[in-house]
Amino acid sequence: MRRAVLAPLRLLAHLVPTVFGLLLATFLISRVVPIDPVLAVVGDRASAEVYQRVRTELGLDRPLWVQFYRYVAEVARGDFGRSALTHEKVTEDIARFLPATIELATAATLIGVLLGVPLGVLAAARRGGLGDHLVRVLGLVGYSVPVFWLGLMALLLFYAKLGWVAGPGRVDIFYEDTLRPVTGLLLVDSALAGNWAIFSSALAHLLLPASVLGYFSLAYVSRMTRSLMLDQLGQEYIVTARAKGLSETRVLWRHALGNALVPLVTVIALSYAALLEGSVLTETVFAWPGIGAYLTNSLLNVDMNAVLGATLVIGLIFITLNLLSDLLYRLLDPRVR
Amino acid sequence: MSATLLEVAGLRVGFASGEAVRGVGFTLGRERLAIVGETGSGKSLTGRAILRLLPPAARLSAARLVFDGIDLLAASEREMRRLRGRRIGLVLQDPRFSLNPVMSIGEQIAEACRSSGREGPRAARQKALALLEAVRIREPQRVYQLYPHQVSGGMGQRAMLAMMLAPDPDLLIADEPTSALDVTARQQVLAVFDEQVSRRGMGLILISHDLGVVGDFCDRVLVMRAGEVVEECAAAALVTARHPYTRRLLAAERRLER
Amino acid sequence: MSVAQDWRTWLTSERPGSRRQARLGEAYRLLRAFLGHRLAVLGLLLIGLLAIAAIVAPLVAPFPPAAQDLAHRLEPPGAVHWLGTDEFGRDILSRLLFGARITLGIVALVTVIAAPVGLLVGCTAGYLGGFADAALMRFTDVFLALPRLVLALAFVAALGAGIENAVLAIALVAWPPYARIARAESLSLRSSDFVAAARLMGASAARIVLRHIMPLCLASLIVRVSLDMAGVVLIAAGLGFLGLGAQPPSPEWGAMIAAGRSTMLDQWWVAAMPGVAIALVSLAFNLVGDGLRDVLDPKQR
Repeated sequence: MRRAVLAPLRLLAHLVPTVFGLLLATFLISRVVPIDPVLAVVGDRASAEVYQRVRTELGLDRPLWVQFYRYVAEVARGDFGRSALTHEKVTEDIARFLPATIELATAATLIGVLLGVPLGVLAAARRGGLGDHLVRVLGLVGYSVPVFWLGLMALLLFYAKLGWVAGPGRVDIFYEDTLRPVTGLLLVDSALAGNWAIFSSALAHLLLPASVLGYFSLAYVSRMTRSLMLDQLGQEYIVTARAKGLSETRVLWRHALGNALVPLVTVIALSYAALLEGSVLTETVFAWPGIGAYLTNSLLNVDMNAVLGATLVIGLIFITLNLLSDLLYRLLDPRVR
Repeated sequence: MSATLLEVAGLRVGFASGEAVRGVGFTLGRERLAIVGETGSGKSLTGRAILRLLPPAARLSAARLVFDGIDLLAASEREMRRLRGRRIGLVLQDPRFSLNPVMSIGEQIAEACRSSGREGPRAARQKALALLEAVRIREPQRVYQLYPHQVSGGMGQRAMLAMMLAPDPDLLIADEPTSALDVTARQQVLAVFDEQVSRRGMGLILISHDLGVVGDFCDRVLVMRAGEVVEECAAAALVTARHPYTRRLLAAERRLER
Repeated sequence: MSVAQDWRTWLTSERPGSRRQARLGEAYRLLRAFLGHRLAVLGLLLIGLLAIAAIVAPLVAPFPPAAQDLAHRLEPPGAVHWLGTDEFGRDILSRLLFGARITLGIVALVTVIAAPVGLLVGCTAGYLGGFADAALMRFTDVFLALPRLVLALAFVAALGAGIENAVLAIALVAWPPYARIARAESLSLRSSDFVAAARLMGASAARIVLRHIMPLCLASLIVRVSLDMAGVVLIAAGLGFLGLGAQPPSPEWGAMIAAGRSTMLDQWWVAAMPGVAIALVSLAFNLVGDGLRDVLDPKQR
């Protein structure tokens, strides 16, 4: 009983300083900007009094730690400031763009896991076999090829030359903004509304970016699965399972994989987090209106509020996923329960 | 009484680093044979070789390896699987490692029932419960749900035995079944083994480094050293054993007891 | 016996007569092991080629990287321009060769900055233990828990685009894993006998950390650094792609891909070639890193 209470407390103890660090990092980054934020407001012709007044208004005359405190308070309130570009509140911008990224990352992870886990299992089952070599090659290529380049080449080949998939964007322009958002996930919303035209358009557009991102997930997941499976196959209980006369299929998938699943769930959560990062560059290539595209767009326009807001959100999700993977491990392993 | 169950001659198990079992031979009927030796004598590998459950790096060869008329060397993997599940059982040393950690005990036993007897899930569950009772586990319903790490070593070994008895095998190979247990558990587990082996008229190969265990329990003893058999005799005749190595083992045993 | 055989016997002797002989013998043994990995050797050759290309670029490049030739813009790969030309008529092969300097330069600089910092932080934390360890590691963990690319992006955005800021940003997100590894190693080393002996002889903590512990952490660190290099190349390319790295007309590979995007449909080679270069370099570093890991630190597998 006590352990059940301590574990989440311990995780919280990890969460707090990490989030604090993230806030500190984004705060310091914003203060490092060589552009004087006061000048950005008053222009460079303003008088000294106006300059001072605005400076006080912006709170920039207070000591750094006071500024930081105010910053944290604002963030806690959900106030990330306003985007210099869209003039909307950054939080609203992000809420608009985030679902697209979630849809992409989820689809990519699904592809990576559904293909990667069986591949890893097969690779472990026969060392030196076809699966083994495939996993190794996939892994090497996956860790070497830049994601944005692969996206460009994939667009060139599968969209421009072969016409197998739809092009950049999330749906045909025809359908843009015609669906009432429920979850923000187009596939879900269109299915809920029974609008199969939009559904198939969204699917056609999702397929390529999800596959490109999914490839990287596949490389990682299959490699880790293979490694975890090899660990399991060396254990004594596998000898027992074989001694029971069970088919090798059952030994592999029910016994070995069953045990490997626990750390594997962690791997999948981590892969998801990594894909969020990868989406930053992929979304630019596919004109996918997600938070990654929002971030890069703001970067290029030096819209610092938006940059930091998006960094904060992505960072928070990243941290949460890492923590979640740890939590899942404890939840699923009956020995720890 | 004993039609020959198992014939082994010239058994060799080798690795890249050398041979671990060098020409072991014996026959076994429906009786209890103990294979005794120190660590590294090759006794465990001998046991596993019979089931062809050696590590992938091992090379197996034998002049003769026959179980109930079936040539174990020539048998296909499929035939071996049939034998393993139905006619030969294997009990390993430490239930914390030899039982699947994420499956409940009952499920693992039921799985053995299902795979060998083609029983449905409910019948398998009943049979599993019956087996748990047979190995003298009280509250079989409760233990059924438990995971291996939640039961004591003694209980785990008895569950392991129950699992291997499910298909009603002719031969049981027990590789150090009591070495991971404390003294009381050891007695308990051996008693259960005794009961079940007798009742079912099975052949038993008991592999151990513990001569004390072996003496009362088994009919015959095989002493192994560095991959070879150095002595073979009836258990009762152990004290009069001739080979110097056996005498040394016996002496060490007596010293411990004192 | 030939001279080579003499050397080999000396190096592989089981009883080295001096510390130097022991060290050289160990190095020789590791070298032989490494050379046994064909893929790793391939990676090493590729990197060697890259390094040579970078160094002699001005001599071997068929054209100056910034030389525009608008009459021959967007030409496909052919006899004159082996890899074609871009939208300004610049020879892509030459630009790639000069771009190799930038890439290697970034990798080298990031390593030179991040590795020593990580090593120092990690070894100090591991050796001192207690509160210092907890504090330093908490600090490191915060960095580890944050997405590397995103943080690097934000940092470069704040400082302004440019290759120096890019290097700094990447180094900033690269050092934490090294600190972790160094800490793990030094934790196990601090209770060993030779450390106790050094302390008894009056060595200060700084001296022990610097002279005794840090060198021993090098092996695992080298493995991680070489594996990370591929990642550094990719992050640098990503920054370049977004226009946040080396500025035009600098032939940075990521920026070249971005520039080639507009003409990608019909003149695919402008965007494709730099990507192949990036992939090959990353692959080379990955292969070398894998080989080094197998030789130096199999438990990291």
